[in-house]
Amino acid sequence: MTATRTETTVAGPLADDEPLGASRGERLTALAQQHGALVALLALSAVASVGFDSFLTGDNLENMAVSSAFLAVVALGMTFVIVTGGIDLSVGSLFALGGVLAAWGSQYGTLVALALPLAVCGLIGLVNGLLIARARLAPFIVTLAAMLLARGVLLAVTDEGSTTYLVDESAFFARLGQEKLLGVGLPVWITALLFVAGAVVLRRTRFGQYVYAVGGNEDAAALMGAPVARTKVAVYTLSGLCAGFAGALNAAWLVSGVTILGSGMELEAIAAVVIGGTLLSGGFGFISGSLVGVLLLKVIQNVINQIGSLDSAYQQVVSGGFLALVVVAQTWLGRRRRMV
Amino acid sequence: MTELSLRGAELDKTRMVRLLQDYGVYAGVVVLFLVNVVVTPNFVSAENFRTQAVQVAPVLIVALGMALAIGSEGVDLSVGSVMALSTSLISLYLGYGPWIAILVAVLGGMLVGLANGSLIAFVGVQPIVATLALMVAGRGLALVLLPQLKDIRDPGMAALGSGGVLGIPYLALIAAALAVAVAFVVRRTTFGRRLLAIGDSRPAAQLAGLPVRRVLIGAYVLSGALAALAGVLATARLTASDPTSLGTLMELSAITAVVVGGTPLSGGRVRIGGTVAGAVLIQLLTATLIKHDLPPSWTQIAQAVVIVAAVYAARERGKR
Repeated sequence: MTATRTETTVAGPLADDEPLGASRGERLTALAQQHGALVALLALSAVASVGFDSFLTGDNLENMAVSSAFLAVVALGMTFVIVTGGIDLSVGSLFALGGVLAAWGSQYGTLVALALPLAVCGLIGLVNGLLIARARLAPFIVTLAAMLLARGVLLAVTDEGSTTYLVDESAFFARLGQEKLLGVGLPVWITALLFVAGAVVLRRTRFGQYVYAVGGNEDAAALMGAPVARTKVAVYTLSGLCAGFAGALNAAWLVSGVTILGSGMELEAIAAVVIGGTLLSGGFGFISGSLVGVLLLKVIQNVINQIGSLDSAYQQVVSGGFLALVVVAQTWLGRRRRMV
Repeated sequence: MTELSLRGAELDKTRMVRLLQDYGVYAGVVVLFLVNVVVTPNFVSAENFRTQAVQVAPVLIVALGMALAIGSEGVDLSVGSVMALSTSLISLYLGYGPWIAILVAVLGGMLVGLANGSLIAFVGVQPIVATLALMVAGRGLALVLLPQLKDIRDPGMAALGSGGVLGIPYLALIAAALAVAVAFVVRRTTFGRRLLAIGDSRPAAQLAGLPVRRVLIGAYVLSGALAALAGVLATARLTASDPTSLGTLMELSAITAVVVGGTPLSGGRVRIGGTVAGAVLIQLLTATLIKHDLPPSWTQIAQAVVIVAAVYAARERGKR
């Protein structure tokens, strides 16, 4: 304590030591922020594989991977939105709508089955983006309305939810969800590819840099010459596309357009992104973190399912509690970072 | 001359916009009411008015708490889950009599509100995220406490749900009394004044020496208590506890009522009268669509359009 005080009172070269020490603390907090979720994931997986014989079996892992894939694709789009400082609550409904449209469209061929959900969900995302960026409405209210709208369209398409469209199992579209490559389901490979592409776009392209700039400080980004409105419209469109595609992929996997899916998925996706270390205030985040967040949520779910005596409702309690914990930790780390 | 008259017209236009923003929701209610009187058979009947009043009561009560949260420049997404939690608690503690059960349910809601408020005020988490976490956890907790639907067989609860005074249902009376009480709190108490000051500018309120944290926590505790009470009333009306579906999308309806009622999302201003009218407007709209046999899909799409239109119309006001 006294040492630091004398250091600060001595001006000049000695004071330069301060930032060095501070940067170590800063590096530590940044490390915790970036890899905290990964550490938790590894620890939980290790405990689970020791505790449950059935955890580390190929079947269980493959199952977890496939069921994570759809949420992961939604979380991918959500990451872009959250890095700009926004939020997209419509993805759960868009996921369900995408699935139903894909199943309905699959009777006209694979191209329609993929293009229709992408077009409709992308369009809803585009409208979200325009209302948020051009009309300057609050993101959460616009996307809440879009959530209702998409749910309404879904009900209208399925005769108020009474019709479930089935996908012909022999169709190429169904094979997209069913087929395995090297023992792992095709959806997992597709998701992995999308994540690599997403990471490259966010890290290595001009658009990605604009996304960070808009989230960091919108006014500064505008002054810098970044196309703020266009970037925002793009991220919401991207999020809509991701949700629609995830829904389509899920329909191919289930070979039907299940109408009751997707409620609460927006919350899961946001939770995964936040747990992965992306800041909700925008400007900071990374794609790989969201993948870790999704896997962590799915491992928690799997472990709770393995403990047969526990009600599946506990999963929500644990996820919610975990989310709160991560957010508290993040806020605390963020504050420490700013202080040092 | 022309310039002057032009200016006059422009002034008129801004005044018109202002009037529309401030009183549009009341006009909407009146128009929708009159349309229904003309086109909907059996609309003007005591029975129908009772039904509408009973249906709107829980939404309205939740919206009152939501108005406080939004007035503090926040939002409370956990209200639907608090309703579910409250219905679970009611059914668990009904053995001790309805009053104890109601008390426990409301206390549960206040606890959730306390957690929300502490996360927001002390830790500094964004309101959307803090209440999101409790929304997920609260629904889970409700399901852990009561895994499935359970009938409520209690004469007291049944009377609360379907009884009334002079033909006016208890639910409507309670909702009206709460609306008056919350309006009084916002307008006439120190707490209300402080809440609006914080919503207007938190740093300024802090610099002025207001107990920012205490007031914020108070707002979310009130919101939790009101949501729990709405859960109690909804349970009494249904004479069943259904933690799976009670209160789902309630946060959406409540936010819609508040926003349509002219309370800006940017905080610093709360309109309780408008919130009441907003809740009634949404209820009338839904009832109209249902009575004319339009499917639920249309109701949802219409509600989405109304939300966006209301927020769009109100967007200028926040800046002024």
